[in-house]
Amino acid sequence: MAEPVSTSTLIGSDGFELHPADETAILEQLKHYEQPQAACIDALKIVQRRHGWVPDDAIPAIARVLGIGPGAVEGVATFYSLIFRQPVGRHVVLVCDSSSCFLTGFDELKQALVNELGVDYGGTTSDNRFTLLPVCCLGACDGAPALMIDNDTYGPVTPDDLPRLLEGYP
Amino acid sequence: MAIIHVDGQDYEVNGAQNLLQACLSLGLDIPYFCWHPAMGSVGACRQCAVRQYKDEDDDKGSLVMSCMAPAADQTRISIEDEEAKAFRASVVEWLMINHPHDCPVCEEGGHCHLQDMTVMTGHDRRRYRFRKRTRRNQELGPFIAHEMNRCITCYRCVRFYNDYAGGTDLGAFGAKDNVYFGRYAEGTLESPFAGNLTEVCPTGVFTDKSHSEQYTRKWDLQFAPSVCHQCSMGCNISPGERYGSIRRIENRYHGEVNGYFLCDRGRFGYGYVNRSDRPLLPEWRQQPDEEPTTLEVDTALARITDTLRHSQRVIGIGSPRASLESNHQLRELVGADNFSTGIEAREQACLALMDDLQRTTGLHTPTPRQIENHDAILVLGEDPVQSAGRLGLNMRQAALSRREAMGEKIGIPAWNAEALKTLGQDVYHPLHIAWPTATELDDVATRYPLAPEEIARLGFAVAHIIDPAAPVVDNLDPATRDTAQRIADDLMAAERPLVVSGGSLVSDSVLQAAGNIAQALARRARQGGLVLIRREANSTGLSLMGGQTLDWAMDELTEGRADAVVVLENDLYQRLPAQRVDQALARADIRVVLDHQRTATLARASFTLPAASFAEGDGTLVNLEGRAQRFFQVYEPGYLRPEARIHESWRWLHALAAGLRREDATDVNLDEITAACAEAHPALTGMVEAAPGAGYRIEGLRLAREPHRYSGRTAMRANLSVSEPRPPQDEDTPFAFSMEGYSGFDHPRQQVAFAWAPGWNSPQAWNKFTDEVGGHLSGGDPGIRLIHRQPGHRDYSLRIPAAATAENTLRALVLPSLFGGDETSARAEPIQQRMATPVVILCHIDAEALDVHHGDTLVLGDSPAMTVHEQDDWPTGWAGLPAGLLPGLAQGEALTLSKTTGGEP
Ligand code: SF4
Ligand code: SF4
Ligand code: FES
Ligand code: FES
Repeated sequence: MAEPVSTSTLIGSDGFELHPADETAILEQLKHYEQPQAACIDALKIVQRRHGWVPDDAIPAIARVLGIGPGAVEGVATFYSLIFRQPVGRHVVLVCDSSSCFLTGFDELKQALVNELGVDYGGTTSDNRFTLLPVCCLGACDGAPALMIDNDTYGPVTPDDLPRLLEGYP
Repeated sequence: MAIIHVDGQDYEVNGAQNLLQACLSLGLDIPYFCWHPAMGSVGACRQCAVRQYKDEDDDKGSLVMSCMAPAADQTRISIEDEEAKAFRASVVEWLMINHPHDCPVCEEGGHCHLQDMTVMTGHDRRRYRFRKRTRRNQELGPFIAHEMNRCITCYRCVRFYNDYAGGTDLGAFGAKDNVYFGRYAEGTLESPFAGNLTEVCPTGVFTDKSHSEQYTRKWDLQFAPSVCHQCSMGCNISPGERYGSIRRIENRYHGEVNGYFLCDRGRFGYGYVNRSDRPLLPEWRQQPDEEPTTLEVDTALARITDTLRHSQRVIGIGSPRASLESNHQLRELVGADNFSTGIEAREQACLALMDDLQRTTGLHTPTPRQIENHDAILVLGEDPVQSAGRLGLNMRQAALSRREAMGEKIGIPAWNAEALKTLGQDVYHPLHIAWPTATELDDVATRYPLAPEEIARLGFAVAHIIDPAAPVVDNLDPATRDTAQRIADDLMAAERPLVVSGGSLVSDSVLQAAGNIAQALARRARQGGLVLIRREANSTGLSLMGGQTLDWAMDELTEGRADAVVVLENDLYQRLPAQRVDQALARADIRVVLDHQRTATLARASFTLPAASFAEGDGTLVNLEGRAQRFFQVYEPGYLRPEARIHESWRWLHALAAGLRREDATDVNLDEITAACAEAHPALTGMVEAAPGAGYRIEGLRLAREPHRYSGRTAMRANLSVSEPRPPQDEDTPFAFSMEGYSGFDHPRQQVAFAWAPGWNSPQAWNKFTDEVGGHLSGGDPGIRLIHRQPGHRDYSLRIPAAATAENTLRALVLPSLFGGDETSARAEPIQQRMATPVVILCHIDAEALDVHHGDTLVLGDSPAMTVHEQDDWPTGWAGLPAGLLPGLAQGEALTLSKTTGGEP
């Protein structure tokens, strides 16, 4: 007979609990798709919006709400670089390293960011304010080199612009 | 049929295949990874590139993936093309960039598809000089070891585990050059088919943990064609032995039964063969349960025959887990009137009914592979994955095959797996399952959580809708009527409807209902099928042989009508309440038990004879189709353990019979016993044809049990004696305990001990032994059907149970259980680790009546504490208990469960 397994006992716990409002929001997203797995990205974004990132325990929780396997959810959650699987700072700085930006000053911009923040890619400032990550083309090539802080895109950005820009994100 | 041109030669191929499959079927070698004959093509690995030309005049052509190109008529390709060869060499080099090159310590080594393909492409120098990506491995439970560094990202594992077998906990994680195949979190792989990953994965990422603990390379193992003894499916297996113990079970390809896959009970449940407490010598006990004294063979035989001769009447109790030959020989010893099948009365009645239905309903019984072509299925009172493991995988393919039907309409070939998967997301052929609790197939099925009587009533109602001449069900509630209508509509709309039922519920009425549906479909001229699941490996065979029930045998003894009993490979305590068995055995002055396991029954024997398990003996079993299949001895136990006196039960029983007649015990061979058995039982006449006899030779040679690179034979007994004795001789079969003998594939043959071909060391070597890749063994698939559809007429059964009325009693609903529900595999350690913790399933009302909640514990008498699992839609009045938890518990038995009081277990 099938053993009644509670999946949540199978994994190391990081104490994540799905917020009831998020569960409702995920169920709402489900209505937009024919297949539940299609709502997976939305579900991950909903969780990330609240927590800033997607903890491991969120995977079986989302799988349960969507009615799909946790393997499928983890597959999506690890495929997309903008679904964060480790805690990030209050603001995420995404610096574009694709062709247009690469040709128009990405190197200097990235170096300036590293100097300004004191962390390299993947790092979070000690005050937990910023996390620095690379990103591919932001679709802002006309304003290359470009970067994105949270939901705001900026470009062209010079190293000199950085202190003022970052100031806007306390 | 299509003509294709390969490197200037013309070949006739099956045009429905892709070029890779067609070329492999021709015996042409093209390297490949992601393609698998059972799972089709995805074009992921790029290893199978060939050059394809537009027409005769095209001398440039272009590289294509042969697995993704149809073998259409007049296709022109070159495998030998220089650029294609260079491309393939590069592909394997890329795939191996992060590979640790750790073959010497890798357990895949010697049967590794990656090794084979690397050699085939000629990639023999590593040029990559940089840092390799490394991985953390996961602990995946008792069956499977994980070594992710060896992954070549072919995606076969997830395609098998998720797409083919319906698993949900394994996945592909990450992106680009950083993809990880594992569980979403560390933990036991949940799928009951996970063991197939060890053969599906072309490298050493997923390997067999049970093998790991006693590792031996494939070339050093001794194999024989065997048949799984752990359920009634009869999957073909190749057990591998070294130093007198079974080291692993490999799938043995059978085109109609198990194909490329086994279930985990069959693959990992062999540990009982290797138990150190197995009886090795005849034993004698004065009193039940006391420490036995060992006896010499001659003394034992003389004393047993002597005491039997002085007894008034001897009852023989046979066994559905023993071979036909052994059962027949027991019947010869005690006489037909004194022979019991060893099967409990109600189960035996169900078995007889199943034989009858297979003959008389008018629907034929498809092979497991043919099940995959059925386009609507009704499962009545069975949980196929739990009761017949591998069969569940066939049924899942039937449900999934709807996408192939959809693809056919728009020109997508059946092998184009990814396209079909996208096309057919979440659409399945109808699969209706009447079963009270969750099954592994629920994600592709509609399930009706009903009690046994209601399942029968539903079935009778379906039959009546299909053919109004079938009896009508009185007082049917509207909900059940609607369900019956939906099911009947689906079955009638299908081209090949299939009815699946079986003995799990031990219910005459459920089987009668299934019979009525089958008959109704046959009358409506449907090309349908009927599959009936039996409980044990030879239940079907014993039913064909016939004999008295176990209950009868118990009564004969208890009431003093017999004073001696011979029990064959059967633990009676698994079948009847302990008290009843105790009583009967206590009245028997002489209790002879033949077994390979120390069971509770054996502990009460006055004489014990050490029987061969499937690993040490030959015999014939009949599976749920009615297919008689021979299993062959893998190794001779006495060669490495000269003190062991293990023999097939049929040999022991033959010697006892000779002793009783005061004849010298001349030895007997398998063919003689098989022939005698076939002659004595008209229903078994065909069994002789199940496999070739001992005289069979190819090119004048016996068939080898050992690969020709088998090493160390001269040394393996050196701890006993430095002079190497002659290898054991096999008088019973055409196989030799040796690497000498035929082991090739150019002569068509059915009985293949192990698959090996030059350049093909992995299980993919089976492709050399088949008529076409993924088809049938070139010498025909093994075994012979003994049960056939008969012309004639069956009257519809009128035995419709009354609608359930509220009762106060709680009845046992024993649920078949893949891990733990089978007596012998439950003695294997890895299986024990996978058994469910003791649970009892109750509905809310009954839980309340017992004053318990989900998670509380209950006991039945002095049983282990069982955790209450409340299931919302579980039928009222029933307590669901996994098989094997409470031995001797009868299906439907009234139960008095009590709460555990604090402190007590
Ligand atoms: S783990 Fe094995 S089967 Fe899975 S992708 Fe890697 S090599 Fe292929
Ligand atoms: S399905 Fe049955 S016969 Fe096949 S491997 Fe599993 S236990 Fe053995
Ligand atoms: S390349 Fe940077 S925005 Fe497009
Ligand atoms: S086998 Fe053809 S691409 Fe992998």
